[in-house]
Formats: sequence, C-alpha cells, structure tokens
Amino acid sequence: MLLRHTTDKVKERKALTVNPAKTCQPIGAMYAALGIHGCLPHSHGSQGCCSYHRSALTKHYKEPVMASTSSFTEGSSVFGGQANLMTAIENIFAIYEPEIIAVHSTCLSETIGDDLGQIVAKARDEGKVPFGKHIIQASTPSYVGSHVTGYANMLEGIVRYFPEKTDEKKRQINLLAGWVEPSDMRELKRLAGLLKVKSVLLPDTSDVLDTPMTGSYEMYPKGGTTIPDMISMGDSMKTIGLGDWGTRKAAVMLDNKCKVPFEIVDIPVGLRATDRFIQALAKAGKVSIPDSLTDERGRLVDVITDMHQYLYGKRVAIYGDPDNIIPLIEFLTDMDMKPVYIVSGTPGKNFDKRIEEILSERVPEAKYKNGPQADMLLMHQWIKQEPVDLIIGNTYGKYISRDENIPFVRMGFPILDRVGHSYFPTVGYMGGIRILEKILGAIMDYQDATSPEESFELTM
Amino acid sequence: MRKIAIYGKGGIGKSTTTQNTVAGLVEAGKNVKVVGCDPKADSTRLLLGGLAQKTVLDTLRSEGEDVELDDIVKEGYGGVRCVESGGPEPGVGCAGRGIITSINLLEQLGAWDEKYKIDYTFYDVLGDVVCGGFAMPIREGKAQEIYIVVSGEMMAMYAANNICKGVKKYAEAGGVRLGGLICNSRNVDNEREMIVELARQLGTKMIHFVPRDNMVQRAEINRKTVIEYDPTHPQADEYRALAKAIDENDTFVIPTPLEIETLEQLLIDFGIAN
Repeated sequence: MLLRHTTDKVKERKALTVNPAKTCQPIGAMYAALGIHGCLPHSHGSQGCCSYHRSALTKHYKEPVMASTSSFTEGSSVFGGQANLMTAIENIFAIYEPEIIAVHSTCLSETIGDDLGQIVAKARDEGKVPFGKHIIQASTPSYVGSHVTGYANMLEGIVRYFPEKTDEKKRQINLLAGWVEPSDMRELKRLAGLLKVKSVLLPDTSDVLDTPMTGSYEMYPKGGTTIPDMISMGDSMKTIGLGDWGTRKAAVMLDNKCKVPFEIVDIPVGLRATDRFIQALAKAGKVSIPDSLTDERGRLVDVITDMHQYLYGKRVAIYGDPDNIIPLIEFLTDMDMKPVYIVSGTPGKNFDKRIEEILSERVPEAKYKNGPQADMLLMHQWIKQEPVDLIIGNTYGKYISRDENIPFVRMGFPILDRVGHSYFPTVGYMGGIRILEKILGAIMDYQDATSPEESFELTM
Repeated sequence: MRKIAIYGKGGIGKSTTTQNTVAGLVEAGKNVKVVGCDPKADSTRLLLGGLAQKTVLDTLRSEGEDVELDDIVKEGYGGVRCVESGGPEPGVGCAGRGIITSINLLEQLGAWDEKYKIDYTFYDVLGDVVCGGFAMPIREGKAQEIYIVVSGEMMAMYAANNICKGVKKYAEAGGVRLGGLICNSRNVDNEREMIVELARQLGTKMIHFVPRDNMVQRAEINRKTVIEYDPTHPQADEYRALAKAIDENDTFVIPTPLEIETLEQLLIDFGIAN
C-alpha cells in the first residue's frame, strides 16, 4: 500500500496541494516550441529548471528533448539575467544553429522581473540575431496556471511573431492544436486531408517527437510547422483552435494581429467532439464531408453499440488537463458510463461550467474540482469513500490503481511507464476506437482476473 | 556584540542619523561595524569621506575570484569597519535577493569573527521593507535591536507603524526587539510630544529627539559626520547623547502596532491634521 496513509476523510484545504494534477508552465512552452521546425527551446532561469523540463518531456515521448538554459547564478538573480541571455543567444546561434530560439521565462526570472521582450529586442538591436534567424519569447511563471498555461503562452508568442497579413487571401485554414500527442497531430492532418481542406497545423510535433530510428541523430528533425507556413497563417480564411485552455490566447492574438476570425472547438476526443471538429472544419473550408469519414464514424458507433453492456453504468474517475478531459468526459457519458470523480489542476473558470453542462442531468452524483486543491489526494479520497470501476489519467494514477485494485487506462501527460501514445492517436473517430479498445481491455482484463470460475467467460 | 538595524521611511535621514550616531559611539571608544543594505550604497559615505567602496555584490560580478574580506570592508572614521551590500542598477534584477546574498557572504567570510572585537554592528536598511530581502537584517541570528527613525510627518509615522508590523512578525518567531524611536525633527508642531505618545502607544519609547540643524547638511556636503566636521557644535552633542542613549538602552520590546484609525486620531489630537 504505497498510499496507505490516505484516508476517506476529505478536509477543506486552503494552501496545501498533495500530488498535484498539473506541472510547470515551461514544460508546455517547450512542448509548443518543439512543434515548430528548426526551433531550440531556451529556458531563461537556473539550470535545474531546464533539466527537469527536458527530462519530463523525454520520459513521456521517449525522444531526446533538447533545450538550452541561461544558467542563472546567484549573481544573475541579483543583477538580472540580461547578460546571460545575451551570451546564450550568441552561443546558441553560433554553436547549435537553430532557425528559431523560443525563449521562455521561469519562476526565478519572472520574480526578479526580467523583461524578456526588452532583452530580446536589445539582442536584435545589437545584431546578435543573424539574418533570417528568429527569437520568440513567452512569459511562463510556474506559480500561475499550469503546463497548459505555458503551452498557451508560447503558442501565443509564436503567432505574435510570425504570421503576416498580405493582400493575398489564402484558401487555407489555421488549425491551432491544443496539447495532444505527435500521433494526434498526424491524425489531425490526416482528417483535414480526408476533407480536402488545406490547413496549417500549429504546433506540429509529429516527426519531431516520434522520429524514426535512422542511425543518425538530427538535432532538428524534419517535422514541425515551417516558417513560411507560419507566416502564411496571417492570410488564412479562418482559425480553428482545438481546446479553450491551450489555444484561445493564440487565436485571439491572430485575430487581433491579422484579422483572421476564429472558432474554438474541443479537442476532437470521442464521437461528438469529433463531429463538431469535422463540421467546423468542413464549414470553414467550405467542403462537404466525404463518405470515408462517415464510414469511420460508423465504425466507432458500431464498436460502442457492440460493447455497450460492458460500458453501461461503469463508474469512472478522471483527472488531467481541461481541454483533454472535457471531451473525454462527454464521450464516456455518451456511452452511458458514469464519470463520477473529476479533478483538474489547471485552473479556469469555464471548467465547472462545462462539466456541469455535460453531467448535471446524466450523472448528477458526479464530484468535480478544478484548481490548486484539485489534486490526486482528493481523487483518491473520493475513491476511498465510494469506489470506481475505472481510473483514466496519466501515469501518476498507478499508485491509486494498485492500492485500490482498480482497472487503469493511461491517458494524458505524462505517461512515463507505457508506450503507444506517441504512435496511436486518441483524436478523431479512429482515436475514439483506440480509447474504447483501451477501456474495454482494462475492464475485461479485470473481469477475467476476478470473476468466479463459474462465470468466467470465453466470449465477451 | 550588539547588532542593531535602523529602519524608517525613505528620506527620513536613516543613513545620516546612523553615521552620526556611530561617530558618537566611536568617539566613546566603541568598535563599530556598519553594513549598508541599500542598493545605492551610500550608507557609509560620511564615515569614509566619500563613495569609494567596492560593494559585496560587486564581487559577485567577477565570480570565480577569491573574495577576501579586506576587498569589501573599509576602515572609516575612527576605525569604523564599513561594508556596502550594493545591488543592481535601478529597474533590473532583485535588490532584496542582493541583500540576502550579501549578508550570507559576509557571514561566510567571517566578517563577525571574534578577532575583530566588534562591539556594535549597524545595519542601515533601505526605506521601506518592500520584500523578504529587506527583512534579512532582522531575521534570526542577525540584528537583535531595531531603532526606527521617524519625524512628526504623517507618512513617516505611518511607515514607522508599518515597520513595527514587520518587527512584530519576526519578534514572535525570533529574538528581534524594538529598541525605540529616534525622532529626526522636521520642525512639525508638537513633534516631540506626538512622537513620545506614538512611542508609548507602540509600547516603546522615544530614545532621543534630534533637533533640525543645518550643520548636519553642511557636514554632509563635506562628506563628514558632524562630530568629525565640527566636534564643538551643539548638534554634535545631540548625536553623542543619542549614542549614549543607545549604549545605555535596556528597554527592548515586541511592538504593538496601531490600527490606522488610532494613528490618525493621534495626528488629530496633536493638531497636525487640523
């Protein structure tokens, strides 16, 4: 019993967070920056931040994640980090030769008040940025929001810098991806392709964090949104942002800067969120939905129908990031499962409203919490009060799953102890089938392992 | 050794009062050390006869070099050991962190070793205790006595009351105590009576009333303390008296900060608000 000290007595807490369901802003900023081609993320702070953020991403994606740091010393924290960042910029362009440096701040540089915009502008003025190279920046203090906030801030930083409006309108749609896997990015592009909608996906971590083994190391893999593509986003017909938390800031920035109107939809997880995404994309691109997509949808509906008896009424505990779990909760509810416990450490006042809309009629007993005290301890305590049939979330749920002997499906960030997420998408209709396969696998394995001999089933 | 921190509203005359008082203590044969905790590094100007010192934090810029205590401690008037923390230029970095770093560095270097036989350490701190760094001199093991420089002006009294809140917080956790108020007169009506009453309500006393005299400014322009510049002037005797009062002080309290209404009532009662 690794968590044997957890009791079922939930106490009102004001300050303490135990096993938070979120992590640092810069991790998100790094992940977003890795989704643009030829970009080296740079952490403006002490070395430890950069090491931790790199290793958190490396452990999840099983790919070497590169990032540089301003290597703050005690002196930098007193006198400000400008000198370090200036030297870093010179060294990085001279030694590592990226197209783009994406600088994000840390708790330390934020607290001492370093102004990244001013330092980067000074670097440009002093000719430290070679011709044709770029620096973008985002403010990412970890004591505000979560890794999702950092992702959103860097995405905003990217669109503040690159897209340009010219007189020539382009027949293309901007797709701003929320925080999803490289496999999901690939799937989003496939879906847009099926619809025959020309799109620019930003960021795009496919072929960056799921690269094939070729025997030679590429510091800047072939994937990632390219600079010309990002510049062209200013002339697109429309922007579709996938996920309010991850993409709204960037969508608004693009609208303000280049007058590209936007629509925010959920990340297409599950049946109805995918329907909404496909419809939004078809409408924006002025195309009709092809039969091949309707067939994919039909296959998902077929699996749901076939397996409904194993899903009906199952109580589920879910934790993770709002953009990812809101459509997932809707999906589970559509299949008559009961998402009864929900926590998300990434704050946002829309969270409760969205969950309320989905669950108030169909799962009125559901408990949910958002913000700093929405942590894994609270989720575990709720489970102690009344158990669930399934836990869905990142790797950190394995402790609860083991202690309480509850089937566990890994989804979200980070997944440190299984593979697959980099290769098999969970977005779109096919992604829905993948989610179902994992859920059914977990539930049925549990049934096989625990059912009495007389009711042990061959066919399920 | 007694460790003393001087606080007070910005511009109230902390550095001037501290240095003049230190001169008084030195004259009385005391061995004194002054640690300036202001990024402007102007807390020891009168004792050193100018701003000529390498600050503790300057040594951080040239990291890797072995820092010697002699690089950063300069002897001033009557053998006073003077140190300036220094800090970043205005608008960048973190001055508060600078003070923490600098005091830690001084301790590491053994600035308070027995061999120096220091009787008094004075920490002269920037006006408002804006963040944790500026409270460093009153954290555990640092200064045990606080004196607040105040005048009869409302904002000075308001600041003094606020500083008492900070002192109270650290007093409850550690050993720091309030030694008293030093009134640096601005020629406000009923000033002496009002500060005596403020001190009483704060649970302490006004340790000395320093009258306003242009001699202080004259000495300052000449980069000297009054005691050094004109030892026979009556104002020099005022600082000698203040030095004596501090030396003989035995009343150290945890202050009882006033509610803002009480403070305003005090101003009304003594006529300044009319």
